[in-house]
Amino acid sequence: MSELKELEKKEAAFAFGKKERKLLTDPLNDNNPITVQVLGICSALAVTTLLDKALVMSIAVVFVCAFANLIISVLRNSIPKSVRMIVQLVAIAFLVTVVELILKAINYPIYVELSVFIGLIITNCIIMGRLEAFAMANGPWKSFLDGIGNGIGYGIILIIVAAIRELFGKGTLLGYTILGDWYTPNGLMVLFPSAMFVIGILIWIHRSWNRNLIDVS
Amino acid sequence: MGELANIFIKSAFIENLALAYFLGMCSYLAVSKTVKTAFGLGLAVIFVLGITMPINWLISEYLLSENGIFGMDLTFLRLILFISVIASMVQLVEMVVEKFSPSLYNSLGIFLPLITVNCAILGGSLFMVSKEYNFSESVAFGLGGGFGWFLAIIAIAAIREKIQYSAVPGPLRGLGMAFLLTGLMGMAFMSLMGIDPGAF
Repeated sequence: MSELKELEKKEAAFAFGKKERKLLTDPLNDNNPITVQVLGICSALAVTTLLDKALVMSIAVVFVCAFANLIISVLRNSIPKSVRMIVQLVAIAFLVTVVELILKAINYPIYVELSVFIGLIITNCIIMGRLEAFAMANGPWKSFLDGIGNGIGYGIILIIVAAIRELFGKGTLLGYTILGDWYTPNGLMVLFPSAMFVIGILIWIHRSWNRNLIDVS
Repeated sequence: MGELANIFIKSAFIENLALAYFLGMCSYLAVSKTVKTAFGLGLAVIFVLGITMPINWLISEYLLSENGIFGMDLTFLRLILFISVIASMVQLVEMVVEKFSPSLYNSLGIFLPLITVNCAILGGSLFMVSKEYNFSESVAFGLGGGFGWFLAIIAIAAIREKIQYSAVPGPLRGLGMAFLLTGLMGMAFMSLMGIDPGAF
């Protein structure tokens, strides 16, 4: 009897029902890490000058977020409360170091361009925030999905912003020329402040479309 | 001495961590609703940057470099060590402040622990390594960077307090407006780039 229960539990642990799907899709719209939770802004601004940088960064964040959630969720019952921040940071720092070394090995030019921002994934508040808010209270499988969902929600905004900035700032996408010779590249789009404007306008559009998110204060 | 003053001015104004590199943006946007809280967080950031920067310099110079006590290149441990130093320093600073100045502790409140995940701190340390500063220069860089961040958050908080009374379109209210404002401030600070601090 108890074996049967165990089996049921195991099946439930890897189920992919409505709830699990919601974990994946919620961060894409209603609970987007960047436009709603305001987490992980720094890297979103700094790496979005070119689309390929943003793509690499998104993949790195999805990876780190998912596995950090998984690790902390597995360990959650054995971490003393007083040192949990340090344990979480060490887990994240370990994963980020792995990403850094892999990237260094397979694509050195991009590694150089991203410079300190790969290291700064450690302090990317999305990861820390999801660990605190979700992984400390939920099982491994759900936390893993939540990590992937939030990573993708972050990645989508990053890719949209990077596409706009590269298209208008350089007239190219992923290095291929899209806007021909008639287009004079707008130098401001490559500079930092334009990322602020683009994200500000994205928030504007997002909230006009999804009016539940409007700030009432 | 003049060299150090240069680095201080440069890191505070020209290479402002918040408005030129956009580091520490999460807490910058989240805690800038009133000037009073922004002031507390800004002070705490100066404090922690000024302390962790020299410590991280000592670590990267004497533990991680090839000429250090282990005699091998351990730079792959840099991130883990830096972040542990920052986390433990923040915890230590919190305890010391609580013991010796309860009034300051109360005014900083929750902001002290939050600083651990402020990317301006870790970013500052990583910049320090890539710029190859020496010990006293790293102290000046830490204090200057902290001061610049402090100025930036006070400025945005003051603007956001005023803009409360303006008729901002609904969906843009709050966060959206804060983004646009920071963009404008960033443009203003960009005009400081290219100034040679040695001229002062």
